[in-house]
Amino acid sequence: MNTAIELKGVKKNFGNTEIIRGVSLSIARGERHAIIGPNGAGKSTLFNLVSGRYPLSGGDILLDGTSIAGLKPFEIYRRGLSRSFQITNIFHRLSVFENIRCAVLWSLGYKYSFWHRLGGLKDANRRAEEVMESIGLKRRRDTYAGTLSYAEQRALEIGVTIAGGADVILLDEPTAGMSRSETRDAVDLIRKVSEGKTLIMVEHDMGVVFDLADRISVLVYGEIIASDAPQNIRGNKAVQEAYLGTEVHA
Amino acid sequence: MKYSPLDLGRWIVWGVTALLMIVLPLIFTEGFALTILSQIGVGIIFALSYNMLLGQGGMLSFGHAVYSGLGAYFAIHALNLIGKGQFWFPVTLLPLVGGVAGLVFGILFGYVTTKKSGTTFAMISLGIGEMVFACSLMFPGFFGGEGGITTNRVVGKAFLGVTYGSALEVYYLIVAWAFACMVAMFAWTQTPLGRMANAVRDNPERAEFVGYDTQMVRYLTLVLSSFFAGIAGGLSCINYEIVSAENVGAVRSGGVLLATFIGGAGFFFGPILGTVIFFIMVIAVGALTKAWLFYLGLLFLVMVLYAPGGIASLVFMHLPVLKARLMGRLWRPYAAALATGLALLAGLVSVVEITYHYSLEAKTAPDMALFGFAFNVTDGMPWVISIGLLVAGFIASRFSWKLVGRAWADITHALQGGTS
Repeated sequence: MNTAIELKGVKKNFGNTEIIRGVSLSIARGERHAIIGPNGAGKSTLFNLVSGRYPLSGGDILLDGTSIAGLKPFEIYRRGLSRSFQITNIFHRLSVFENIRCAVLWSLGYKYSFWHRLGGLKDANRRAEEVMESIGLKRRRDTYAGTLSYAEQRALEIGVTIAGGADVILLDEPTAGMSRSETRDAVDLIRKVSEGKTLIMVEHDMGVVFDLADRISVLVYGEIIASDAPQNIRGNKAVQEAYLGTEVHA
Repeated sequence: MKYSPLDLGRWIVWGVTALLMIVLPLIFTEGFALTILSQIGVGIIFALSYNMLLGQGGMLSFGHAVYSGLGAYFAIHALNLIGKGQFWFPVTLLPLVGGVAGLVFGILFGYVTTKKSGTTFAMISLGIGEMVFACSLMFPGFFGGEGGITTNRVVGKAFLGVTYGSALEVYYLIVAWAFACMVAMFAWTQTPLGRMANAVRDNPERAEFVGYDTQMVRYLTLVLSSFFAGIAGGLSCINYEIVSAENVGAVRSGGVLLATFIGGAGFFFGPILGTVIFFIMVIAVGALTKAWLFYLGLLFLVMVLYAPGGIASLVFMHLPVLKARLMGRLWRPYAAALATGLALLAGLVSVVEITYHYSLEAKTAPDMALFGFAFNVTDGMPWVISIGLLVAGFIASRFSWKLVGRAWADITHALQGGTS
């Protein structure tokens, strides 16, 4: 099967307010897919639904052809979907190395073990070192995550997300609040770590979106108004209107 | 394996700890000291097991004595059965009976308590504590009512000449179990479950998004912690030869919270330090004054306000200063703070003790002695001196603590690469 994840008429209400109004979307395996839209369009809510943070109000979500609706976040993670957060969500009182090692333990099968010694887990330690290297935080190995700079914390956020080797990766505004040079580094990092994976990201920086994405979906008021290749999205009239009548600049 | 100085340090710390535990009764030979040491040994296991919840897993429990207490009850019934010849089990391994009982009740109660975290967990643990305490008075057949259950630990034949008839033999039994439990609980902190307990403590939501069911992490942590608490209960049954409702009560649960917090829940050895201080306060200060509980409460209050990381955090914050050889800048402010602090403490103790004596025995026995001075509590002068010392100590302390604060600001600046 070539579809990594499929959303079928996904709905979410908070009380009487409809936030997500029947989103259907199919993302192919290995695709880099960006979801864009104005503030309040429901992009992060959509991520929260896909990753199990919020329960669905209607519709279904299929991961590798199997429904994941109603599953808890850890159950969805175990099926190969991992996500990052818009507001950095790491283990602040643990070191950079420990943060990443925590993220690899489950996928390497150590689960709730209290009979393995962490120091002796060669595969977990090696994997954690590799991920640290790839996100450029090796020299900060033993630093408490809470004391890292903002850009470093964002890199660690991505590291924790990808460390377990999930096939489908959701990144929620990975470059938010970064300077231009930090954003450039983050784009390189995302490109590197998402190699061979299915990547779905919510992003406001159109430069990043048009640089990275194979396909873009535009979410406005809880509905997808367009889903296409970047060059077609740029010329799409409805999208331009949604962005206050201006052209979507790359 | 590559050489790591940290590991060497760890071996030294463990080695010194073991040696200390072995030689302490040879240094403090009085029977009184041996009683305190035995209580400390049992208390250390209990506090470390509590810290698996509080420090490692972020679970504030108000009912941890349930597991040690029920462990103690099962152990004492087993010991009585051994005494009657109806059950064979070596007394040396009796704490295991307590441990298994603690584990079983951990499996049972933990399933309910760990369903939630934070304040809800704390409230449920309090509820279960009260429930078990109520049961201990409702079912005298098992719990022995208010009098509790008594036993005789000297049962069966002597093994290698050991009968546990003497307090010293019991002390070494406690030391052996305490050391084994300390090693086991430290080893647990270095396992995937131990590390994920830290992760769940720090950020339960993120732990769910790296594949972990946070309730299961909390549950398994509590079950293992209950096992060690049960071992402590089994040892206390051998030590005291009596188990009563007090063993499962809120005072015991509160005591272990106090000891752990005073020592420092964020550090593995914090509860060990806390237990030592706690028992010194309870037993030694308790022998000196009836107001010992007041002083214990005051110490807890001061720690919560000024050193929430506990005594262990105070020790750890000095390590980088020692390494950078900057301790020289702290000696003078510390000496000033110590002198003024002692004056404040002397004033406070005087006021408390004189007030206490006055309220209880002003009419019958108005004479009392304090710090080597004999006086009459109905005279005005002792009051004037005490209150004067308290006020002067307080004012001077505020100045001396400013000096300490300034010295620390300089040191922090220097440690961060500044030049001053």
